[in-house]
Amino acid sequence: MASVTSKLYSDDVSLLVLLLDTNPFYWSTTSIKFSQFLSHVLAFLNAVLGLNQLNQVVVIATGYSSCDYIYDSSLTPNGHFESSGTGMPAIFSSLLKKLDEFSAKDEELCKEEDNEKRVASSLLSGSLSMALCYIQRVFRSGHLHPQPRILCLQGSPDGPEQYVAVMNSIFSAQRLMVPIDSCYIGTQNSAFLQQASYITGGVHHSPKQLDGLFQYLTTIFATDLYTRGFVQLPKPVGVDFRASCFCHKKTIDMGYICSVCLSIFCEHHKKCSTCGSVFGQSKLDEASSVANKKRKAPDS
Amino acid sequence: MAGGQVEKQVKYKSSVKDPGTPGFLRIKEGMLLFVPNDPKSESKLKMQTQNISGQKYTKEGSNKPPWLNLSNKQGRSHIFEFENYSDMHTCRDFINKALAKSEEEPKKPAVSSSAEKLSNAEFELRFKLLRENSELQRLHKQLVESKVLTEDEFWATRKKLLGKDSNRKSKQQVGLKSMMVSGIKPSTDGRTNRVTFNLTSEIIFQIFAEKPAVRQAFINYVPSKMTEKDFWTKYFRAEYLYSTKNTAVAAAEAAEDEQLAVFLKPDEILARETRQKIRRVDPSLDMEADRGEDYSHLKGHGIQRDGTNDVVEPQNGQFKRSLQQDLNRHSAVVLEGRNIDVDSEDTRLVAEALARAKQVSKADGESTKDANQERLARMSRAAEMEDLQAPQNFPLAPLSIKDPRDYFESQQGNVLNEPRGAGSLKRNVHEAYGLLRESILEIRTTGLSYPLIKPEVSLEVFSSLTRTISTAKNIIGKNPRESFLDRLPKSTKDEVLHHWTSIQELLRHFWSSYPITTTYLHTKVAKLKEAMSNTYSQLDAMKQSVQTDLRHQVSLLVRPMQQALDAAFQHHEADLQRRSAKSVGGGSG
Repeated sequence: MASVTSKLYSDDVSLLVLLLDTNPFYWSTTSIKFSQFLSHVLAFLNAVLGLNQLNQVVVIATGYSSCDYIYDSSLTPNGHFESSGTGMPAIFSSLLKKLDEFSAKDEELCKEEDNEKRVASSLLSGSLSMALCYIQRVFRSGHLHPQPRILCLQGSPDGPEQYVAVMNSIFSAQRLMVPIDSCYIGTQNSAFLQQASYITGGVHHSPKQLDGLFQYLTTIFATDLYTRGFVQLPKPVGVDFRASCFCHKKTIDMGYICSVCLSIFCEHHKKCSTCGSVFGQSKLDEASSVANKKRKAPDS
Repeated sequence: MAGGQVEKQVKYKSSVKDPGTPGFLRIKEGMLLFVPNDPKSESKLKMQTQNISGQKYTKEGSNKPPWLNLSNKQGRSHIFEFENYSDMHTCRDFINKALAKSEEEPKKPAVSSSAEKLSNAEFELRFKLLRENSELQRLHKQLVESKVLTEDEFWATRKKLLGKDSNRKSKQQVGLKSMMVSGIKPSTDGRTNRVTFNLTSEIIFQIFAEKPAVRQAFINYVPSKMTEKDFWTKYFRAEYLYSTKNTAVAAAEAAEDEQLAVFLKPDEILARETRQKIRRVDPSLDMEADRGEDYSHLKGHGIQRDGTNDVVEPQNGQFKRSLQQDLNRHSAVVLEGRNIDVDSEDTRLVAEALARAKQVSKADGESTKDANQERLARMSRAAEMEDLQAPQNFPLAPLSIKDPRDYFESQQGNVLNEPRGAGSLKRNVHEAYGLLRESILEIRTTGLSYPLIKPEVSLEVFSSLTRTISTAKNIIGKNPRESFLDRLPKSTKDEVLHHWTSIQELLRHFWSSYPITTTYLHTKVAKLKEAMSNTYSQLDAMKQSVQTDLRHQVSLLVRPMQQALDAAFQHHEADLQRRSAKSVGGGSG
């Protein structure tokens, strides 16, 4: 029996954790409607499930103020087709129902929050953490498991205030050797997703034509980890490595780093806000005088 | 002497076989100049007399033409063929005078920096560096020989290079080989029973160092009782007996010959040293606890040095040495290194020096012997009981992140307090969520859009993706680590790299000349600026010359270089303007 299972779980069985951006503030500004977007995504998920009988798909909704699991193919009995005239498989109607409930809850939470000042970013850090938790559980379930990977379908801009949390998630994924693929459909470019894919060895791509999203998804992101060994996937020409400072959450090119805990600041502080180390005065003047002395010595 | 100048018609040869270029040799004070008759000829020569290190000339009456061979300090030689001997002698005398004068000069405080007299060794070092480092040589050729920088200026920034090299020259002490003495295998000729051991002074040194008893025996017996040859014959006889593992024969021979016995018996001196070492072992060392790591049960423990197993024969046990003992002793000697400074062929000298060195270290050991008891007592007192120790105060401030939540939340708070311009538009939360849920409802009722994707769009996506992937492959290369530079033709790559180093060199000199305080610096900066503008136009030319598909990448590479040069030009211009404004102001005021 065990040999049969191990044969079944060959190296091209994947667990795809899809992080779906459901940020209403993003979707109210786009050219493509959320329903169209969902059609592409659902068709893609169906394709992934069809690629291998043992493939598993988990969908996590990344909202504005919360995130939640909205679909897990291992929990839904497969093969039941609803004939309600919509041509929608039962599995996806449950997904959509959950999604509807989720957005209702997200709205509640959003109203409770009274900060309109936040950038209209989604809670990427939260959904990344949930995905990693799920994958960790799969890893601990035994040594026979599908090959996990994470796919971020993101449209909203990065939230610099999530920098530390997102980076920590990325490094956890790197340690677990879980690649984070990212498909950025927004107008700006996302440094988080670029870095996530770069660090974890995933694929980053930002499609130019959103009406052809399904094609992008199936061509690039449906490839399992085994196949990636011999398939040419688009490679980014450069990666945006900029960090956010810890003090104002601004994305910065150049800044100050705490020599003790490596916290990043955009301006000089007397004391590190993270570890409390006291920074000394700049010794520039002394240093220059030393340099002068040094320069003179070898001449004589 | 002042204004003295000699001018003669000569032929200049860069080597003996060179047919020679006709021209004028003009010798002035401190300068030697060769001007060819043909103005287009390459072989102009300008040489400072102080760079002349020697001169040779053909003797009158020999059938050779009158040649004067001047060699400079860089080791190059220049040959001049004169029309007649008297011309040559006039020149030679003149050069001699100039040389004598230039040798006097350095005794006076050097006024001009270029007159700094350098030792021959330093010149050799520079020359060697240039020879070893082709990049440096190219740079040197470009900058120094085109007179942009003087020789001294060029080397002034490379003091480190020169200094490091001179340090390297210090002689390193040679250690011992790690091969064991017992590895010396006799060679047999196969026909007779004769065996031959080859002995070198190094092996002798090693034997003496590893076997103090042999050393002692050598000092005692040679040359009073036997010759050195006899001694070694005996020694190797013992070794041979030992290697045949015939302990019975060894015992018998030892009984007959007391000198031979010395070599076969366990080393007394070593044993004494070992006992002493054991006495010095920290009494708190818990041998009992190490029992767990005991490896005597392992296979291979107690093997003989040639790999056979140790069969204990108690009666002759003293004629056996275990591989372990040999190994330990050998490694101790290798670690100790060659601690005597005798580099002599005389075996006796070596033996005595070693014995002396040992005596010294032993004397050190003995002086502590009396204090041994006291030391032990003190040690047992000082033995640390961890739980009775006062807490140690390290002069460090421990990293204290008191509450990990601070790490995230305090910063979150900051953000909220920070007024944010861009994101502060008041959103209609309700409307946005309404739209979203409407969309969800729509797809729930009507299902997936049909057709999901138009074939044309699909094709377009496909072809654009293929294009992206193939161009990316072109830009990044098959191997992502392979840099763009490797894809350039070799000549272009070399050119780019060379430009980069030469620009760095020029800029280093340029910026270090500011502020301009002397006329010397002023002329230097002017020269540098000219060289830099030449380089600038060369960069432009290079950009134009590369293939079109590489041009963009090359211009990306060239841009930072040109920017650096631009900054320098700008500074130069600004400085010039300030200067002229000042001088005008000074003139009117």
